[in-house]
Amino acid sequence: MQAGTLHERDPDHAALREQVWTRVQLARNVRRPHALELMRHMAAEIVELHGDRLFRDDPAIVGGLARLDRHRIVFVGHQKGAETDENIRRNFGMPHPEGYRKGIRLFQLAERLKLPVVTIVDTPGAFPGQASEERGVAEAIARSIQVLSGLRTPVVVVITGEGGSGGALALGVGDVVLALENSIYWVSSPEGCASILWRSPEAAQDAAVAMRLTAADQAELGVIDQVIAEPGQGAHTDHADTAKRLKAAIVARLDELADQPVDALVQARYGRFRDMGAWTTVEPVVPRSERIGGLAERWGLTDRLRGLLESGRATLTGSVEQPLRPQAGDLADEPPLREEV
Amino acid sequence: MPIKLPFRPRRQEFPPDLWTRCPDCGEMLYNKQLEKNLRVCPKCGHHFRLRVDARLRLLLDQNSFAERDGALKSVDPLGFIDQKPYLDRLEAAEVSTGLREAAVWGTGSIGGHRVVICAMDFAFMGGSMGSVVGEKVTRAIEAARSDRLPLVIVSSSGGARMQEGTLALMQLAKTCAALGRLAGAGVPYISVMTDPTTGGVFASFAALGDVNLAEPRALIGFAGARVAAGTIAEELPPGFQRAEFLLEHGFLDEVVPRPQLRDRLIALLRLFRPAPLVPVESQNGTGPMLRSLGLMDVLGDRDETRGSAEAAGSQGPARG
Repeated sequence: MQAGTLHERDPDHAALREQVWTRVQLARNVRRPHALELMRHMAAEIVELHGDRLFRDDPAIVGGLARLDRHRIVFVGHQKGAETDENIRRNFGMPHPEGYRKGIRLFQLAERLKLPVVTIVDTPGAFPGQASEERGVAEAIARSIQVLSGLRTPVVVVITGEGGSGGALALGVGDVVLALENSIYWVSSPEGCASILWRSPEAAQDAAVAMRLTAADQAELGVIDQVIAEPGQGAHTDHADTAKRLKAAIVARLDELADQPVDALVQARYGRFRDMGAWTTVEPVVPRSERIGGLAERWGLTDRLRGLLESGRATLTGSVEQPLRPQAGDLADEPPLREEV
Repeated sequence: MPIKLPFRPRRQEFPPDLWTRCPDCGEMLYNKQLEKNLRVCPKCGHHFRLRVDARLRLLLDQNSFAERDGALKSVDPLGFIDQKPYLDRLEAAEVSTGLREAAVWGTGSIGGHRVVICAMDFAFMGGSMGSVVGEKVTRAIEAARSDRLPLVIVSSSGGARMQEGTLALMQLAKTCAALGRLAGAGVPYISVMTDPTTGGVFASFAALGDVNLAEPRALIGFAGARVAAGTIAEELPPGFQRAEFLLEHGFLDEVVPRPQLRDRLIALLRLFRPAPLVPVESQNGTGPMLRSLGLMDVLGDRDETRGSAEAAGSQGPARG
């Protein structure tokens, strides 16, 4: 019954749990190469740019101009620190709204100059504190997603470590989404998910398995397009080689995207995210009478009459129309799962 | 002190379906009266959450609502099991709410103005956004764009639905992208945030209204207070993440008490109509070219028909 006992009875589950958790730890490893370091390895030339022109420069998001082989690009990425001091300065890669607004500024610059954009995603999430809320972190994330989704220039996304929810997605909307082998992508951190759904932070490892957050799983779900193998025991063991593999994948994608007409590019990007999700269609109407009937049995006759006359309990009426386009679920009885994604 | 009556009491307690205690002032409220008062406490003005059917009745002209896509139903794309399988949770939510999902959308009219409306119900799994909610919101946005009708979305949600993992997260991208196209087409969008509007819903379509309204004291924030308190050891000020806090910091246009909400929407819709079509529209969906044309057109239309001061009042915040 309890999640804790399930994997103890099932050795396969225990092994899977171990395996997934190892990846979570690799994705969070402080020795892992971060955005600036990867860029310095990959780019022949690089100029970092600062500030959102509105409030301040957020060290948790970096960006600028660079050259990757024949491509001049604009890059924007989350930046964690390798040492404690730097990590504190960079807020452990957790951006404030001004970080995302710096990103938006650079995305729009890229659009004007017709430069492709490369984003590097690696954050535990946007900073959840008071300053962040006061300055509208939710608006900044939503706006960044919106700007990227309609940006009239190629966008290549690389997830290199932690893809922490909306704070990651703010830089994660592109024509193609690549991910390093030991990177992870989630909607809620395993710890957060465990404390809410399992009501115990100790269930984080179970949550990690259930959420299917590894790069391989995300590729299977269609959320990412390509997994890039890491050298040796993980990216932290060889930064230069990791950067080399990453660069090869990015440049190949930039070559591909450079030839596409921009209208088709934006249309395909819209379609890529538009098609995400899984659902089915069923016959309408779930009566709410069950609820009223259930309660009525416990009451006397007057209560029951009162219950029936109660105005706030009318069921929702309205015609149910056919879906706008056919879904895979219409054709099959079994629940349509990953294929539909 | 309880009074002993000479006969057997008919009920041991207040049936929760008949009486509700106001969490703000502690007053016991008779449900029927509370419903009549639009679920606003008559004593202290506390706004109770509104179910989606009551919300639509409150805002829309009588019998004007035609639901769309009511047959969309969630599946379990990850095979997610926490303490309970996701499919069991869905079924329990369906039975207890009489709804198929946490969002309902369709067309209707408000004071005679035709709109596309989408409303969320917190009672269905905390109003959380999974694939179906994201799809419904997106279809509502796309319908508003193709039919050139103003869009109203009433949010009430704890955020993205964890049981659908990153597929739920991708609904943020889907809805924001669709809103980008709607903005490009010059069709206005009014976002109404009700208690609570947090997480992935606030960080996507709810925050992006051309006009953002909220109900008094509604909890609106990116990170839940539990997340904020757990992740960082910060003392949070009173009123933090409430509607009035957001108004003060420039993320809302107005905090509107529920009894005035419909009239406020009518006032906005009178001034705030979709821009007339421009020739470029059919060729291509988005882009700075079209967007600027759309904006110019809106301004042109306004100058023709109304005073500029009036028009300025109906403009949403332009941020970027």
